[in-house]
Amino acid sequence: MEPPAKYLYYPGCSLKATGVAYEESLLTTLRLLEIPVEELSDWNCCGATAYMSVSEASATLLALRNLALAHQAGTKDVLAPCSACYLTLRKSHELATHYPEAAKDVERFLEQAGLPRPDSVRVRHPLEVLYTDVGIQRLRELTVRRLQGVRMASYYGCQAVRPYGEVDDPHEPVRMDEVLRAVGVETVDYPLKTKCCGGSLTGTIHEVGLRLNYILLKEAQRKGAQAIVTICPLCQFNLDAYQREIRKQTGEPIDMPVLYLTQVIGWALGGGFRELGLHRAISGRKLIEQWFTVKKEAETYV
Amino acid sequence: MERQIRYQREANLEWARQFTKQPGGERLLSCIQCGTCSGACPLSIYMDLTPRQVIALVREGFREDALRSKTIWLCASCYACAVECPQKISITDIMYRLKREAIRSNLYPKRFPIPVLAREFCEMVRRRGRNSEFWVVFRMALRSNPFVLFSMARTGWDLWRTGRLSLRKERIRRINDLQFIPAASKEVD
Ligand code: SF4
Ligand code: SF4
Repeated sequence: MEPPAKYLYYPGCSLKATGVAYEESLLTTLRLLEIPVEELSDWNCCGATAYMSVSEASATLLALRNLALAHQAGTKDVLAPCSACYLTLRKSHELATHYPEAAKDVERFLEQAGLPRPDSVRVRHPLEVLYTDVGIQRLRELTVRRLQGVRMASYYGCQAVRPYGEVDDPHEPVRMDEVLRAVGVETVDYPLKTKCCGGSLTGTIHEVGLRLNYILLKEAQRKGAQAIVTICPLCQFNLDAYQREIRKQTGEPIDMPVLYLTQVIGWALGGGFRELGLHRAISGRKLIEQWFTVKKEAETYV
Repeated sequence: MERQIRYQREANLEWARQFTKQPGGERLLSCIQCGTCSGACPLSIYMDLTPRQVIALVREGFREDALRSKTIWLCASCYACAVECPQKISITDIMYRLKREAIRSNLYPKRFPIPVLAREFCEMVRRRGRNSEFWVVFRMALRSNPFVLFSMARTGWDLWRTGRLSLRKERIRRINDLQFIPAASKEVD
């Protein structure tokens, strides 16, 4: 597939707040790859899982407005890094194109708002961009530094690899491992890679949310991983921000870095510590500093 | 759960048929009750009814049992069940529909934080076009269980310290674009 000339970046609410390190590392990585990207102007919230629980029609239209704006801007590829945004945008697009009855309503409401039908727009995920548009070979060539002897577990979470998505195989996804290995990172076998982190449950039914994340961290540890790599701001937040509480509850010494894929790749391509948002981690800070601080003379060039 | 007996006359088959018309629910009647959905679900052990039981109740038309279950609110919409179901039933979308109907018919557990969160979230998005994670969570806590704010304080501090807590309430420029929301949810759903 011919890589697009430009991507329109749809941040969603998380990448402007708790997931700001994802935005920083994504934009840095794209810059290092010389891929032009621009933020979608006047984007609105995708509705996430909450809106779908209240009104299906509104949720669909809410998501579609963003794609309509992208269509107006003349860009085909919308880049949605958050898994919830990615799935919601794709799902609405599919509803509006494959279900004639829904499509009629959608058209009517979009028309009232003076917006076009966004038929030609494609919703893409950063992992897809790295794996498909950039490609393993090019990532290998562009790698300027390697993390020596660090083992990581690649964790997809749920929504990026479910129906509607094209990021990877829903049962046995492997692309994240391949991308990581391309820049010299060692990955471990992690059977829970598509098990859900609970999403907003950590904020609502706290005990249950904590338990799900405990299981994910524990299993990564058991498989010999020193860090977990994520592609979703909610996964990263849940796994990173509650380790203190998990330690307190379980008495187990878990303090594991939870990184964004774009932080690891961006670093391998030559990105700096702060421009990749690596200073924003809550857990495993010592290890992160140890791995990613570049001492000029000790730097291992490949 | 206590064992309960239901009679045919209590079933609302008309209601059950609606699910087969919605995207993802077309094949509801072909459910073979294999329980794969419950096995795949990371939350089934915390639910009052397993996903398989919810599907059975829906299919047979036991509306209130399905709508009053906590299960539908614990469902995190992770689609693990939908991906694994051998009959290609989107259990997730059926859960969504049950959530919507439970809210509309006022059958959701009161002060249960999840439906409260969903409503606060939508309210904020309708008025501003974007949501602020901080304010949505804050308002949800106030309305369900204010004491959790104490336990959240430490996490809040961690986020603040690392520059990840945004107190800003953003608003999109063309907020009028969103005027379709009340109309659409009344007319179509
Ligand atoms: S996995 Fe599918 S067929 Fe099996 S019980 Fe669940 S809904 Fe029915
Ligand atoms: S979508 Fe809901 S019911 Fe299905 S596996 Fe995930 S949490 Fe369980």
